[in-house]
Amino acid sequence: MTQIKRYKSERLACWQQAKELRNKHYRDIWEAKEKGKVLATGGEYSFIPLVAGLGDYEFLGGEPYGATVGTDQNLATECAEAAEARGFARDMCSYMRLYWGSMFLDKSPWGKFVKPDFCLSWHLCESHGKWYQLVSEHMGIPSFVIEIPLGPRTQNRREAQIRYLVAQMEEAIDWMQKVTGRGYDDGLLIEAVSNEIDATAIWAKCCELNKNIPAPLDLKSMFSLYVISSLIRCQPEAADFFRTLYDEVKYRVDNQIAALATERCRLYHDAEPVWHFLQLFRIAEKYGAVVPASFYAFVVGTAFEADENGHWLPAKTMAERGAPLKNRGEALELLATSYVDRPGLWGWMPQQKVTDSLSIYRDWQCDGAILHLNRGCEGLTQGLTEAALALKAAGAPTMVYESNMVDPREFSPTQVVDSLESFLESLGLTKLDD
Amino acid sequence: MEAFSVVDNRHEYAREWKKRTGGPVVGVLCSYVPEELIYAAGALPVRVLGSHEPQDVAEPHIFSMFCPFSRDVLAQGLTGKYDYLDGMVHGLSCIHMRQAFDSWQVHVPTPYSYFFPMPAHLQSPHAHKHLEFEILEFKRSLEEWTGKAITDTALDEAIEVYNRNRRLMKQVYELRKGDPPLLSGVDAMEMVLASLFMDKKEHNPALERWSGEITQRRNTIEPGIRLMVLGSENDDREVLRLMESLGANVVIDDHCTGSRYFWNEVLPQKDRLSAIASRYIDRPPCPSKDLVERRRFDFVLKLAEDYGVQGAIQIQQKFCDPHEFDIPPLKALFEERDIPSLFLELDVTVPVGVLRTRIEAFLEMMQMEELV
Repeated sequence: MTQIKRYKSERLACWQQAKELRNKHYRDIWEAKEKGKVLATGGEYSFIPLVAGLGDYEFLGGEPYGATVGTDQNLATECAEAAEARGFARDMCSYMRLYWGSMFLDKSPWGKFVKPDFCLSWHLCESHGKWYQLVSEHMGIPSFVIEIPLGPRTQNRREAQIRYLVAQMEEAIDWMQKVTGRGYDDGLLIEAVSNEIDATAIWAKCCELNKNIPAPLDLKSMFSLYVISSLIRCQPEAADFFRTLYDEVKYRVDNQIAALATERCRLYHDAEPVWHFLQLFRIAEKYGAVVPASFYAFVVGTAFEADENGHWLPAKTMAERGAPLKNRGEALELLATSYVDRPGLWGWMPQQKVTDSLSIYRDWQCDGAILHLNRGCEGLTQGLTEAALALKAAGAPTMVYESNMVDPREFSPTQVVDSLESFLESLGLTKLDD
Repeated sequence: MEAFSVVDNRHEYAREWKKRTGGPVVGVLCSYVPEELIYAAGALPVRVLGSHEPQDVAEPHIFSMFCPFSRDVLAQGLTGKYDYLDGMVHGLSCIHMRQAFDSWQVHVPTPYSYFFPMPAHLQSPHAHKHLEFEILEFKRSLEEWTGKAITDTALDEAIEVYNRNRRLMKQVYELRKGDPPLLSGVDAMEMVLASLFMDKKEHNPALERWSGEITQRRNTIEPGIRLMVLGSENDDREVLRLMESLGANVVIDDHCTGSRYFWNEVLPQKDRLSAIASRYIDRPPCPSKDLVERRRFDFVLKLAEDYGVQGAIQIQQKFCDPHEFDIPPLKALFEERDIPSLFLELDVTVPVGVLRTRIEAFLEMMQMEELV
């Protein structure tokens, strides 16, 4: 009998802290109005530091909220059907349909749905601005959109994109003051931008450590960690948490402490997972397969930059950038630059995503790829079919499954698990004894 | 219709144009591409339209839940139907067409290829400046490709030819206001489809001749229920033919292959690129560009009023997200104005029997209401 190498493995010490931060976030949102805080809503990456300048605030990010609703299959189905009953098509963004359904039904995992003061959304894919157009109309609250300019990368375009973003952000600040009647504190803006830069960069450094064998983190755990960067990245607690996490992950690397003790195969995954069926990754682990890398996970709340050869490297923290931010102009420019320079957003061009998928696959030392044709998100599904072809052409064994990240009616567990197990067996893996 | 039967021979037309003029032909995937620049560069912009033929080659490249039009477009590229193209340009609009363009670039490379990053938030006061930048970049790229500068004179001429085309088509659309209209919806659609790939210097005189004929000839169109068709890309003449065969007069549309393509002109300014930017910002919007306010609805309702619309058919390519956002609120707005509406989905080929039943039932329902 072949001897399977076993690494030392242990639970992350900061796991409980992460859980508390996540729970606190939604509690804070649902208590925001009674505590006199500003409550805004919008796409997850909606330049939240801009809201911080208004004073005490909370931000309800649409995508993570949709994912949270999606973990309760009954509520998810109820919300999806409520959106469909109002005529909205089943093939639209499923995060959005659950958010809308929750809003229409006035029902959430924490009681009634909240009424934000305004919408402030980024517009990356065609759903973002339209999503909050409807929220604004239904709830009778004002709405503002900041477009993320796209296009093939050139130096000229990069500068124009930064200018366009900064101009929109300056306008957004004036607009928020007008609709809330509040003053604006540039010091709070600067603090929030600095926090976001640090949280997202340090989280990227944690992800980078996953290039090591054995991987110190597995994707299922990473999905629980990245949400902190996603949800509260502008708050000092996020950057502090990631500093703690980084030290712990680094220690794991230095001491060969693995996320999966039996790691013998490394898989790349993209796009969003099926949120109510994350045990899919645990099934792979039974075969000794760990997932250390994912285009999707490295885009969300993660500040990577790409070098001239297309390798993804963590962006710089505030300390690494040198002088602290001095004024609003510098803060907005840094925030805009951090978006424009993020390769994951260039991935909104399908062929760029193909290039990036290959690059991540190689740099994170993967042996196979699992791609999720996600019926609930076209933004992250674009480029995926071409990525599958390119990965196969590059010799990467690749499996594709079709499902929906949060709509349980479009997920067939038996079919997906069967496909996964067949794929793992095709890689020469067998199920290991527990 | 004879005037624009060229629609059925569009590939032959483009090949012949190329042979005759020696100029390059550039495929265009979206009505937000500022064609004036391509034309001023001496090339013929040709909008890639649907083939309406079943295919099985696009699926490895495009997710099956992306719209049938995007898959049809790519399939035509992969099977060589557009092998005469010297270039391809796409303007940023929806994800599905972006994927079609992207896969076309990789698998059917053309000597020239350009992604035109048309901004989405056109209501932003900062969009104009950014669009001007992108138009300038596009101009430079075309100049580099052709090896020739695009002069102000060439731009002026292109703007004039395009504006004339828009004006003439709008005049023809005016003839649809009468009851019965002086031309059918199918004829109107063919006219616009022809303008999407013909050299407008050739389309313009054909338009002038044809509009003259329309006003002179005896009108044989029977009065019917006056319908508006609106929604996503739609070049499906058979569906319109079906509606009109069942007793409807299709009198107006809101499609990017219809009124949205030509409704407004470039208002001349000294800065030509700025003038072009203004035209594309001010044009009737695709829902994907209709942020934060809904300005498309005003345009649609004004058309409905001006053209005496009695019923509306919202018709879209299956899975077209941008239009799926607009369909329920538009339905409600039509209801408020006592305009019955019907929703239909297009695929590469259409199930005539099913559509016939639904359209017939819709028209019958309206006739019953008229009797009451």
